Amino acid sequence: MGTPRVRIQTAPFDLGAEVRALHEADLGVGAVTSFVGTVRDRNGVVPVGQGGPIQRMELEHYPGMTEAAIEGMIDEAYKRFDIRAARVIHRVGPLEPGDSIVLVAVASAHRGESFKACEFLMDYLKTQAPFWKKEHTPQGAQWVDARVSDDQALARWGIRVDNASGPAPSQGPV
Amino acid sequence: MNLTVRYFASLREALGDQQQLTGVPGPITVAGLRRHLAAGTPAHAEALREGRAVRCAINQVMAADDAMVPDGAEVAFFPPVTGG
Repeated sequence: MGTPRVRIQTAPFDLGAEVRALHEADLGVGAVTSFVGTVRDRNGVVPVGQGGPIQRMELEHYPGMTEAAIEGMIDEAYKRFDIRAARVIHRVGPLEPGDSIVLVAVASAHRGESFKACEFLMDYLKTQAPFWKKEHTPQGAQWVDARVSDDQALARWGIRVDNASGPAPSQGPV
Repeated sequence: MNLTVRYFASLREALGDQQQLTGVPGPITVAGLRRHLAAGTPAHAEALREGRAVRCAINQVMAADDAMVPDGAEVAFFPPVTGG
């Protein structure tokens, strides 16, 4: 239990080592689902022909709150799904296209629960964990806009948020 | 009331890391504090103006516009989050 469930770091992470750690010490684990988010070289929101290639990305967070918020999300995942371990690593600082940004890994006895919990944690993190991305392109730097589709992804789990739009975040089960 | 206000991302670039506030008239909501801050300088008026997507946390927990701000709180304002 020496490794924290949530780590915010500038350094890269080792997917194999993290997955191994989730099941090696618990032989009741029969499934590990992991998700890795990586930096694209283009902004998926900007129409083709507008906005340049992304040369660099900077990630900012709210030290203390970010870790606590993700801890709370993992607690919620334990309540909703029959999982045995979970780990979230999110990188901050300067990143380049191709770099890994985020790892969510969940272990369970059978695959269904870890698949669901992994997607739940990612959907939750996208709209409620305090991180901000800034993209650097040949045309200059700009903060990335939040997406309504991410709010909608979380709504599938019965949690309504207004991160990308709306007057204020109203959180909690519908 | 005395409050610590922190800013992140684009708001940090516009307004700095943080401000110590003293003598804020209370009780006050998140929306009320935002209006109070917006009355401060032209930079605050622009960064915090109504209609701009600004989110808030009180003592490092997400808070809605109508949440009450307790005395001594750390209140953070920031744009919608974009991690992951």
